[in-house]
Amino acid sequence: MLSITNIHASIEGKQILKGISLNIRPGEVHAIMGPNGSGKSTLASVLAGKEDYEVTKGSVTFLGKDLLQMLPEDRAHEGLFLAFQYPVEIPGVSTTNFIKAALNEKRKYLGQEPLDAVAFMKVMKEKMAMLQIDQTLLSRSINEGFSGGEKKRNEIFQMAILDPRLTILDEMDSGLDIDALRVVAHGINQLRTKDNALLIITHYQRLLEYITPDFVHVLYNGNVVRSGTKELALELEQRGYDFIKEEAGLAETL
Amino acid sequence: MNLTYIKDSFEQLKAKEPDSLVAKLRLEGFRAFDEAGLPTKRTEDWKYTPISGLFDNPCYLAGDTPQVSLELKTIDAIRLPGYQAANELVFVNGMFSPLLSTIRSPKNQLTVLPLESAAKGIYKDLVKEHLGQSSTYIPDGVHALNTSFIREGIFIHIAQEQQLDHPVYIYHIADARQRPILSQPRSLIIVEQNANVQLVETYHTLGASDNFTNQVMEIVTHKDARLAYYKIQQDAANASQVSTTHIRQVGRSYVRAITVTLNGGIIRNNMNIIMEASGNEAHLYGLYVLNGHTHADNHTLVDNLAPNCLSNELYKGILNDHATGVFNGKIMVRPDAQKTNAYQTNKNILLSDDATINTKPQLEIFANDVKCSHGCTIGQLDENALFYLTARGIPKADATALLLQAFALDILDQIEPEPLRLYVTQLLTEHLTNPRK
Repeated sequence: MLSITNIHASIEGKQILKGISLNIRPGEVHAIMGPNGSGKSTLASVLAGKEDYEVTKGSVTFLGKDLLQMLPEDRAHEGLFLAFQYPVEIPGVSTTNFIKAALNEKRKYLGQEPLDAVAFMKVMKEKMAMLQIDQTLLSRSINEGFSGGEKKRNEIFQMAILDPRLTILDEMDSGLDIDALRVVAHGINQLRTKDNALLIITHYQRLLEYITPDFVHVLYNGNVVRSGTKELALELEQRGYDFIKEEAGLAETL
Repeated sequence: MNLTYIKDSFEQLKAKEPDSLVAKLRLEGFRAFDEAGLPTKRTEDWKYTPISGLFDNPCYLAGDTPQVSLELKTIDAIRLPGYQAANELVFVNGMFSPLLSTIRSPKNQLTVLPLESAAKGIYKDLVKEHLGQSSTYIPDGVHALNTSFIREGIFIHIAQEQQLDHPVYIYHIADARQRPILSQPRSLIIVEQNANVQLVETYHTLGASDNFTNQVMEIVTHKDARLAYYKIQQDAANASQVSTTHIRQVGRSYVRAITVTLNGGIIRNNMNIIMEASGNEAHLYGLYVLNGHTHADNHTLVDNLAPNCLSNELYKGILNDHATGVFNGKIMVRPDAQKTNAYQTNKNILLSDDATINTKPQLEIFANDVKCSHGCTIGQLDENALFYLTARGIPKADATALLLQAFALDILDQIEPEPLRLYVTQLLTEHLTNPRK
């Protein structure tokens, strides 16, 4: 589904990603872990198409198409979804109108008729129940004055409506208390199918207790230095990232 | 040169009823014009708005243009929503046209007269007392030029205790199909005690020749009066204007003024609020969304002469292409104006490297127990918000328009009548999504 090959990316001349390769197949859950500054969020931004980053080398194929050639909006239409670490507050734009516009843009791209107000409300209601989201929240401006938990729930709500093939969860657990985390994780698990995949970017192992990954990759200094199964996450939790850094340092000197 | 034409035209007009009140004002106006001349870039108040160039080319006063016969359908095209229930007043080339105008309010509520007639009849004392007061505040030659040519102006009187159900729409039409036009509309509006009125002004230039509108509107609000004033500037690129709205709150009254500027050539708005009585309240809002080479200059003045007045001011601008914006917000607090509350904010978004904004707050405070604040921001579109929207599948152009509309929203929300608010919102949407027509 997603095939990342030897990707190099920089921002303002500074090299952040230094040759990452990764393959994600339908139905899989991958976790990318790593210490701060290792390039985790950069990878998410590059995949979603943030302009600030320049890809200097490598390629990314998503569902058979060259992802890096696509505009951010077309990546979304093709089925890529980035749940933001810090969802942006946009005063003056109603959440409901925004989500409706996003969904209908996708439908247009796929050659489908736009949903009318009634049909859209039906979809909304269904997903609202699933994520325990209140109607009043959605009638407000996008994320404006939302609590940390409300912002993250809103992200997953949008994911539920847009029904992506691949979702990237960027530090989904940051700013969430344990109850909110449970609701969000439960929502994500309900949305999992054999055709969809998840890429979980996280610093801590905590979220992985709720969403079990098939593969765990450790990112350090812009590269994947270790890949394994969910046991790797537990090892990191116990030993911290220092041993990874030492190993990587050793490898560099050799 | 054009100035010769203006002088010749004045000499002809001077002979008309030379002893009348209006003729005397004209004469004073012309003397002031002669003395001050046209403002240049060295005139502090006109530093960023070059106006003298507009007088380099020939243009013609309404009296010298052939009798214009406008078809009614021309007016149909520019009518504002809700017109069926509005008083519609039409100016053609700066002259009030009773023939094209429609009064829908009953006579005991609203009186509309040609200004020169009002100056002779039962309202003559009112006209004498209030017409031309703006000259003391605006000593420049452009304002004086309007006064020199007061002719077929308009007098509007809203009677005491009358809440006008029908708003007053004023359409300024310039017919520049044959030759360039100098339109100089003049109006005096009296809102009597405990009266309530909504005023909406809009501008429309026909034809490809230049139109320069030099407008002066004086409004007087008495005790417990309420005035909502809307100016919508969506004219052609060949239409420039200097538009002065001079509002004197002579009794404790409430004023809301909203200026929306979208299209035009060089535009200068003078919005003056003179707080002459204790307890006055005024809210000023402005939105300028400019592209191409449009230049819009908003000069506001809130002069607190009396204590306990409140003024709040919010102007927002979006500047694209080669457009230029100017905001100069002056707040005067005179020695007697204790307990003044005066607030001012100006926010701008620059969308292009070639767009310009000059913004200047100007507070002059001579009382010691006051609350005044001002602030201005100049920024770009929020890249993170833009990315958030595009990453959800909203195309970049649409996302940009959405964010800009959101920026404009707190001004648009101030437009109370719903049909008008929807109309202006629609204008803005078209303006943001289509480049200049």
